[in-house]
Amino acid sequence: MAQPVKPAPEETSALSDKQPWPLWEVFVRSSRGLSHVHAGSLHAPDAEMAVRNARDLYTRRNEGVSLWVVPASAIVASDPDAKGEFFESPKGKDYRHATYYTKSEGVKHL
Amino acid sequence: MATQTDAGDQKLHAVPSAEDEAGQAYFDKIIAEDSRIEPADWMPEKYRKTLTRQMSQHAHSEIIGMQPEANWITRAPSLKRKAILMAKVQDEAGHGLYLYSATETLGTPRHVLNEQLMSGKAKYSSIFNYPANSWADMGAIGWLVDGAAIANQVPLCRASYGPYGRAMVRICKEESFHQRQGFEILLELANGTPAQKQMAQDAVNRFYAPALMMFGPTDTDSPNSQQSMAWNIKRFSNDELRSRFVGMIQEQVKVLGLTLPDDEIRYNEETGLWEHGELNWDEFYEVLAGRGPCNAQRMERRREAHENGAWVREAAAAYAAKKAQKAQVA
Repeated sequence: MAQPVKPAPEETSALSDKQPWPLWEVFVRSSRGLSHVHAGSLHAPDAEMAVRNARDLYTRRNEGVSLWVVPASAIVASDPDAKGEFFESPKGKDYRHATYYTKSEGVKHL
Repeated sequence: MATQTDAGDQKLHAVPSAEDEAGQAYFDKIIAEDSRIEPADWMPEKYRKTLTRQMSQHAHSEIIGMQPEANWITRAPSLKRKAILMAKVQDEAGHGLYLYSATETLGTPRHVLNEQLMSGKAKYSSIFNYPANSWADMGAIGWLVDGAAIANQVPLCRASYGPYGRAMVRICKEESFHQRQGFEILLELANGTPAQKQMAQDAVNRFYAPALMMFGPTDTDSPNSQQSMAWNIKRFSNDELRSRFVGMIQEQVKVLGLTLPDDEIRYNEETGLWEHGELNWDEFYEVLAGRGPCNAQRMERRREAHENGAWVREAAAAYAAKKAQKAQVA
């Protein structure tokens, strides 16, 4: 996923219309019954334009029936430096999976 | 959280920090497993730079690549062909945007990449510096140029950098229409009047060699390739991909009833590779250096388009600011 790009200091002091447009993350629902899935990102001046641009950029071939756009800066991510540890807990807990229970193998409808 | 700018400062450290060493070890492990590097991961500064250069060049090529075809929209021979050409040019713009987004995740903002293109600091594929003189060129560009691009890009779907691979998957899906529509333009011309068939043959003659050069210099003259392959960015060498492409088109050209302007094409049983005649690499480097037939024109058009679009960007930003202010007041 694209990371929010902060404008350089000299740009923040410039006129608002000289600033690079903010970054939005785009999520597309490909058909009814499915979740919105991250498709990519784009720049747009506001939410309305972001939705329009997302339609032009990510659904040129009927790829979606619904779109979400989210300011990239609003996304909170897990710490990339934590790597494994953060997701450590489920490891070694095989009993959370049906495949852990082998004795009942062969029993019908179980 | 490590930000992208932090990563950019790594080169300032003369001695690798403990954090860098751990990062390098993790990076090496991911590459060895043939897994994917994601934007927030630590990565060697050279990996970041190589990708930024390659991906932005790729994005610039898509954007400049709109020009030779946009030029033919008004003169396309039918409404159907105009519609197809417009869809294709729109796709090229889309591909440029996917790639700029992916490149941005490496830390360089899009407006900076755009400035690099317009100042001439960044390169784009030399193929777009050749003119599209006839309608048949739209066919040859689709068949040969997009064909070569696909042969190059399919392995990039597995590039080790996640955002690049994902952008390439999307692009490759869309490119296949580009190649087919080009092939069909040529097929129709080849089955038309003798003059039309000649026009198709001329286009193939002109685009054949430049298309082969799209794979880049020969392996012996491509010093960066090895590192890119070690990093799993590149999966096959330039010559391997070129050879594979020659094998495909020498078969396809028969369906067209045309010929390729190269009588040295042959399959080498020993190496399992398709061989072709010598390419004019001096010409390649001339075009790359900015002295191709259309370099100046392409750059001028790009700058012009950017300047002419300034009022749209400014108006959109002003409107967004006004609306945000109103919302605050309400």
